[in-house]
Amino acid sequence: MTAIGDVRRRRIDELAARAGQVPEGEGGVSLTKSAFRRLRRNPVAITGAVIVVVFLVVAAFAPLLAPRDPLAQTLLGEIRPGFIPGAREGFPLGADELGRDLLSRLIVGSRQSLLIGVVSTVLGVVVGMALGVLAGAFGGWVDTVVMRFIDIILSIPSLLMAISISVLLGQNQWSLVIAIAVTQVPVFARLLRGSMLAQRGSDYVLASQALGIKRSRIVFGHVLPNSLSPLIVQATLSLATAIIEAAALSFLGLGDPDLARPEWGAMLSNAQDFLSVRPELAIYPALCIIVVALGFTLLGESLREALDPKFRR
Amino acid sequence: MLRFVVRRLLQLIPILLGLSVLLFAWLRALPGGPAQAALGERATPEAIARYNELFGLDQPLYVQYLRFLGRAVQLDFGNSARTGRPVTEEFLERMPGTIELTLFAMVFAIGVGIPLGYLAARRHGSWLDSASVIGSLLGVAIPVFFLAYLLRLLFAVELGWLPGSGRQEVRIDATRITNFYVLDGLLTREWDAAWDAFTHLVLPGIALGTIPLAIIVRITRASVLDVVNEDYVRTANAKGLATSTVRRRHVIRNALLPVATTIGLQTGLLLSGAVLTESVFAFGGVGSAIFDAIFARDFAVLQGFILILAVVYVLVNLLVDISYGLLDPRVRVR
Amino acid sequence: MQRRPQRVLAASAAALTALTLAACASSDRDSGSGEGGGEEAQSGGTLVFGAAGDPAMFDPAFGSDGETFRVARQIHEGLLTNELGGTEPVPQLAEDYEVSEDGLEYTFALREGVKFHDGTDFNAEAVCFNFDRWYNFEGLAQSPSASYYYQAVFGGFASTPDTPSIYESCEATDENTAVIRLTQVTSKFPAALSLPAFSIQSPTALQEYDADNLSGSEDALSYSEYALEHPTGTGPFKFESWDRGNGEVTIVRNEDYWGDPALLDEIIFRTISDQNTRRQELQAGSIDGYDFVAPADYQTLEDEGLQVLVRDPFNILYLGFNGGNVPGTSANPALKDLRVRQAIAHAIDRETIVNSLLPEGAEAATQFMPPTVDGWADDVTTYEYDPDRARQLLQEAGAEGTTLRFFYPTEVSRPYLPDPAALFQVINQNLIDAGFTVEPTALPWNPDYLNAVQAGQADIHLLGWTGDYNDAYNFIGTFFAEASNGQASAEFGAFSNPEIFAALAQADAEPDASARTEQYQEANRLIMDYLPGVPISHSPPALVVAENVQGLEPSPLTAEVFSTVSLSD
Repeated sequence: MTAIGDVRRRRIDELAARAGQVPEGEGGVSLTKSAFRRLRRNPVAITGAVIVVVFLVVAAFAPLLAPRDPLAQTLLGEIRPGFIPGAREGFPLGADELGRDLLSRLIVGSRQSLLIGVVSTVLGVVVGMALGVLAGAFGGWVDTVVMRFIDIILSIPSLLMAISISVLLGQNQWSLVIAIAVTQVPVFARLLRGSMLAQRGSDYVLASQALGIKRSRIVFGHVLPNSLSPLIVQATLSLATAIIEAAALSFLGLGDPDLARPEWGAMLSNAQDFLSVRPELAIYPALCIIVVALGFTLLGESLREALDPKFRR
Repeated sequence: MLRFVVRRLLQLIPILLGLSVLLFAWLRALPGGPAQAALGERATPEAIARYNELFGLDQPLYVQYLRFLGRAVQLDFGNSARTGRPVTEEFLERMPGTIELTLFAMVFAIGVGIPLGYLAARRHGSWLDSASVIGSLLGVAIPVFFLAYLLRLLFAVELGWLPGSGRQEVRIDATRITNFYVLDGLLTREWDAAWDAFTHLVLPGIALGTIPLAIIVRITRASVLDVVNEDYVRTANAKGLATSTVRRRHVIRNALLPVATTIGLQTGLLLSGAVLTESVFAFGGVGSAIFDAIFARDFAVLQGFILILAVVYVLVNLLVDISYGLLDPRVRVR
Repeated sequence: MQRRPQRVLAASAAALTALTLAACASSDRDSGSGEGGGEEAQSGGTLVFGAAGDPAMFDPAFGSDGETFRVARQIHEGLLTNELGGTEPVPQLAEDYEVSEDGLEYTFALREGVKFHDGTDFNAEAVCFNFDRWYNFEGLAQSPSASYYYQAVFGGFASTPDTPSIYESCEATDENTAVIRLTQVTSKFPAALSLPAFSIQSPTALQEYDADNLSGSEDALSYSEYALEHPTGTGPFKFESWDRGNGEVTIVRNEDYWGDPALLDEIIFRTISDQNTRRQELQAGSIDGYDFVAPADYQTLEDEGLQVLVRDPFNILYLGFNGGNVPGTSANPALKDLRVRQAIAHAIDRETIVNSLLPEGAEAATQFMPPTVDGWADDVTTYEYDPDRARQLLQEAGAEGTTLRFFYPTEVSRPYLPDPAALFQVINQNLIDAGFTVEPTALPWNPDYLNAVQAGQADIHLLGWTGDYNDAYNFIGTFFAEASNGQASAEFGAFSNPEIFAALAQADAEPDASARTEQYQEANRLIMDYLPGVPISHSPPALVVAENVQGLEPSPLTAEVFSTVSLSD
């Protein structure tokens, strides 16, 4: 579930406006540098970063870390209706409903879950950025058309939007990613456009224009880089919602059709049928989702604070 | 003010038109198209051809779209493939349940969220503050359907305190007037029915209200902290006003401004959440209907419900903008 | 929005279970307070039963799904029914019947003194009215999704000379004798008349509420007022109301029932689509029973003192192959090679599937029908689990690593298939182990999945069947009879095997029962040699009811009647 809607819309706009606030004072230390300095002193940020890094490392080296083949139905023969083998030697968290090692599936599943989060967010950022730059850089009717389009997409509650797209694309590995990406697009488009508008009137843009520098160069050389920090903040926060939303779509039966491929959201929604037999099958993937989402949120929120000039005291 | 409202209303038109095009295109783009969606299971190519001819699906797309739009304006979104009933009728029948549920969720989120956020800010840095910050972060990170399962397992199945599904105990034969069950119970003085309907709102309402609660706590806390540092509060304190007066007149009132608007803006969130919560609690509202429609591939219902919900969402946003204009004089200037 | 005008009588929460409708609370009954009765089955009370889905409507002539029939079976009755807890057809509204020597004329002696719920008489004219009604369906009523069972048994309609019907006429020779003539002999008759789709409904009500008036909009079929609000049969329960918003169907006792009246005052079928919710609602006591118990829950529920009623297995789960002859689809041509089909059969570990995924009492299948049906052969070719043999066969066919597009349904629990996702994953792994490559496709059960596999889009797919009555043709005929032009149905890729088709047609038209049984056994042998799919298992589905629910007899056909059910304290 996501905090989409206008809360986010307004927050996006606020975030965007900050890009226009060109750093002042601090003896020539750049915004990014000073932000990084503040981040290192913030325990919340460090907690978030540690969580994120740990999970990223696990995901990256998943095949090496997993003690067993996550697909091998090793203990299937022992499974009976109403009985799933629990923890034992070689299976520290027990087996899942088809006799596969739960720990290995969680580890390998991190890869798929993070991949869905990252790919959909990157896709959302790229498309959103393109639209935002288009609107922000050209203004005029281009701006109007793009923003109306964005408004239309924003007028559908995010999960409903994702549902419509998943249904349309049919069930496959990528429809989930695309569905989530589409719900992210308007966020980033709005963010980019807002921050570009905020900078349009700023001194350095005016100065560049006065110097006769080409518009494309101003946009890509100056304005865009200055919009990056709010973008990074938003992308970090979006990663959390993307992972949670993927779980929700899996729950709605719109996830990856290849159930053998471990993914936390699918594991969680699948485990609902075995809650009375082995609740751990649901609890572990749920914990993974919660902790990762928490990690990205902590990191994102502290990044936001660090980049906020209001907090620079 | 009136001009502002009228202008905003006019701005809605292109959005709604765009939405209708989008959803129309969506149904046409589905594999098999509307005929397959309607005839379902055992449709032969001949049956589909006959169906397309019968309902003008072989005409040019723009003709079909105009007809779709013409019907949509009259609130006719066709019939559900699953039940054969008009989509609008199903929506109207189910909407009261969802409104009751979202109202409960909102009251819960506000009733708990604002005091908690305010206290957290007042005791900035205390354990309460940290707990509320962590809690509000967790609240956003838990998948709603999982939370719903946990709540139901604990309070309905294990402890048996509250009902775990439905809108009304089936053995109570309550009179229906408005389809708002709690209200119906009160109107007809069937107190047990009203109370029963209310208890059915508690668990799904809490599950649904968790994310708004988390957001409200966070925003209230942040905004109280902001306001305390504002010049006018310092001025008021410096003037020697009583602490309680400062709090009441300046801190709370100004801090609640962003909170008030946030509250209005949770609609989209609640509508999304309702799909998951209602289906877990088998709560007969709009959300569970969407859930069922996904599995039955009942496209007419999906299309109609999503369109109506989007319109509701847009209108609520409009109301929020207007109220924002009323609350904050700076907006009106533009 | 006023759908339930009755006022609530009692109002205390403690008395909830004893609540009855004001309109039909019988004055002489002590509803459920427990004084009377003793050891004998008590009457009175309300049973709340958790259904897995909403019924489509209540006119069984247009029904084809279990949830529709579950309610229809309580309201309506046919000339025949199935024996309680069994699969044999027995008389119901007919007391007896005779078949002419040529097997084309059926004379039904009807039960006397039976009245429909609207007070009109049940008689031979009413029977013929119903038969003629089905035969004369027009327009949308002829669409396969409306009158599926009529078309499956009788073929075409009066207005479709191209698709002839095996129904010729129905004649009321006197008040209580109806003579039905067919145009050809079929083994489906008369057993098929036990299907709820052929219930006899009140002609007066059918006409008054315009039962055949199916309207269609651009998106769907809409049923008539009759089917939605005024279904009128002769059964032990009468239709009371349908609260569609909450998915609650209420039926009440028919006080003027011709047989032993129902014991319960009222039954409410409440739709709870999620099986976990159903289980928890039963555990919390807010429903009294539900259907489609997950195999994993049998033990848990029994340990809690609930009654798990296991039905005898009367179904078949199979993995269907695509014969590759459906125009407009592309199937893996390797499947035309018998060795590849045999390789798949040897690759599947049916024992493990039966032991680990299916409820206790499930058995591995050797052919496409359960052993209890006449015509089951004990000497068909069998295919043991043997991955090495599978790999070898695949190698001989030169098809190692061939890619199979494997379709399976999601979010559905069928009596023969409790957990499709788990089953898919196990077979998927079996196939990979035997050297196949698998490309999975998951689709929601209805309509996407059924559409896709019945149109022959899958290479291999999971499907099954619960028998409608005890007849071999109802199983293997449904699957493998000649559909058109010397080809089988699209579900099996329109494969062409004249021997199987001839054997099935011959058996279907054989009036002598023992000769027919032998012919069906031969058909089963031919089918298992040709191997158009792999039969996997027969599994026993279960219902569960609370401790105090008495007298519910599980039916292998999933055709439970609730008239004998009562609530003890």
